[in-house]
Amino acid sequence: MGMKKRRLLGLTLIAVMVSSWILPGSALAEVFELDSMKNLYEGVSFDHDMHIEVTGDDCAVCHHHTAGTAPAEPLCVTCHANSPEKDDPRCSSCHVKDVFAAENMRKVWDTPRLYHRGKPSLKAAYHQGCLGCHEQNDAPVGCTDCHAMTEAGEKFYHTGTCAPEPKSADQGGGHH
Amino acid sequence: MKKLNRRAFLKGGLASGVAVAAVGSAKKANAAGDFGGYPDSMGVLVDMTKCVGCRTCEAACNKEQGLPAPAKPFTDMSVYEEQRHGGLPRRTTEKEYTIVNRYEVEGREQPLFRKFQCNHCQEPGCLTSCFVNAYTKTPEGAVIYDATVCVGCRTCMISCPFYVPTYSYSSPTNPVIKKCIMCYDTRLKFGRPPACVEACPQQVMTFGKRTDLIGLAHKNIQDRPDRYVDHVYGEHEVGGTSWMYLTAVDAPFEKIGFDTHLGKQPIIYYVKEFLAIVPMVLLIWPALFTGFHLLATRKDAQKNEESES
Ligand code: HEC
Ligand code: HEC
Ligand code: HEC
Ligand code: HEC
Ligand code: HEC
Repeated sequence: MGMKKRRLLGLTLIAVMVSSWILPGSALAEVFELDSMKNLYEGVSFDHDMHIEVTGDDCAVCHHHTAGTAPAEPLCVTCHANSPEKDDPRCSSCHVKDVFAAENMRKVWDTPRLYHRGKPSLKAAYHQGCLGCHEQNDAPVGCTDCHAMTEAGEKFYHTGTCAPEPKSADQGGGHH
Repeated sequence: MKKLNRRAFLKGGLASGVAVAAVGSAKKANAAGDFGGYPDSMGVLVDMTKCVGCRTCEAACNKEQGLPAPAKPFTDMSVYEEQRHGGLPRRTTEKEYTIVNRYEVEGREQPLFRKFQCNHCQEPGCLTSCFVNAYTKTPEGAVIYDATVCVGCRTCMISCPFYVPTYSYSSPTNPVIKKCIMCYDTRLKFGRPPACVEACPQQVMTFGKRTDLIGLAHKNIQDRPDRYVDHVYGEHEVGGTSWMYLTAVDAPFEKIGFDTHLGKQPIIYYVKEFLAIVPMVLLIWPALFTGFHLLATRKDAQKNEESES
């Protein structure tokens, strides 16, 4: 188990050192507040600059081919090796919040020959895109590591101040 | 008793049914099995390779369906250690229409999480076997039921290949069926996905027209043969289900609790045969009924004892 992880972490560390050595300050020095969906959880402070360092300036890890670097995944390379960078590479410019709204589903399924019909929602783009790397690099993966839970969240998950009293649920619960 | 598989029971019923009712019901069953589902019905494609086991879907179901408060918070991951008798994993109950189970598969680094709920068969065994017609397969794809006509006979429990319908024992004199209805009343009817689908942070589940989802599933497999087992569970099983599954190559279906021997024929075939013995069964029904009930209440009493200790 540990072997692969550790090697990845090692590579990442080397990448960090090399990139900060060769490309000092080449990135956007910014922390983004991602909070357009906040409800069960607070927003997330996303340190863009730090992540660019972590990935060794490989923007495609997160932005596909849209932020200036070519994708690394062989599958994507077959078609996007030379795809142009986009004016707006923000995840939210392509990943919509409500993917299963009737209108969006029509757009996805009624466009002839559309290739990407499984494009995830914005919420899923974040989690799929962030959690995979975090898991492999011992970065935060717990549900309250990136965003604290709100009161609405505690109610929804029946946790914190809204946690069931021990045992009471055996008698049929429903005390809320 | 624990190994008395419901379908084995049905197939047993089949054999004795044929013996008792004799000749000629097989052809009828064939004709009845040709329905194949509503053409535009909706479905859900579950990509288990993406599930991180956060239980948000369980919480969403609880809220949407107005179910009783859970025994433990939905953030409590100790439920994955819970087992039923015989080391079986958790299952759906009258208070939980969907649950997630964790599977440690040999040769795989991470556990695989499997979400479980009614699969909403194209040709539901529960529907065919129900004597009072409590069940309906809606054109949108959901298998719903009318609890007010349910007499609590539990035939649907026996006919379900996935062990889904459960009974509310809160009122022992009037047990009624409880199961996932794909959020039909509050969402599906209005073209919205079930609450669990929408709540999932990883979009493990994709909602769409069933036929479209089958295409998407095969495209995903083709794109990433190193990630997915080349099989869409539910495309053909028991005549097809509205909920379908993709799993990881290192966690094949048979290793994560899926019955891979169900075959492509709807349960309706077995049920029709089973129904051939119904006239006889009806005579002994009251006795059978009482037996079932006694069994169930005994099980319940045992459960209470256990949780008390
Ligand atoms: C690596 C960081 C990270 C981790 C770990 C993480 N999330 Fe998120 N999550 C985000 C980001 C980024 C957003 C988008 C926030 C926004 O735009 O409002 C988000 C948004 C959400 C939302 C939608 C907003 C809301 O408040 O309802 C939910 C639900 C959610 N996360 C659940 C989870 C759950 C459950 C887990 C644990 C499996 C988890 N997240 C783990 C980064 C993370
Ligand atoms: C670890 C993931 C990650 C990496 C690596 C990454 N980005 Fe980003 N980037 C993000 C996220 C998340 C946002 C915020 C998106 C949103 O608001 O929808 C963002 C936003 C942006 C924006 C929009 C900024 C704005 O002002 O709104 C630009 C431009 C951008 N990134 C360029 C880059 C470039 C160039 C690189 C490579 C040098 C890079 N990113 C690497 C995740 C990443
Ligand atoms: C078989 C060719 C093919 C493959 C493989 C492919 N794409 Fe695409 N991609 C397309 C086409 C065609 C479009 C135009 C929109 C569409 O059809 O979905 C596109 C559009 C995109 C866009 C939007 C670009 C824009 O300019 O608006 C992104 C981002 C993208 N693809 C990412 C990926 C990623 C990530 C992968 C690998 C997982 C990938 N693609 C694999 C063909 C492909
Ligand atoms: C120009 C449009 C575009 C932008 C900008 C964009 N995406 Fe995507 N994204 C796509 C498309 C198209 C796909 C579908 C690729 C596929 O079929 O696998 C996709 C797929 C994904 C996937 C699923 C990948 C997979 O392998 O299945 C993730 C995760 C993701 N995007 C995250 C992000 C994040 C995070 C950002 C912002 C940092 C972002 N995307 C920005 C268009 C975009
Ligand atoms: C390519 C790998 C990678 C990706 C993709 C990635 N991260 Fe990270 N992230 C890391 C690493 C590595 C760390 C740990 C850095 C450290 O502790 O120094 C980290 C740390 C963090 C932290 C904690 C920072 C802190 O100050 O402790 C947050 C929050 C975070 N990431 C959010 C995100 C979000 C949101 C996304 C998706 C938009 C994302 N990450 C995508 C690698 C990644």
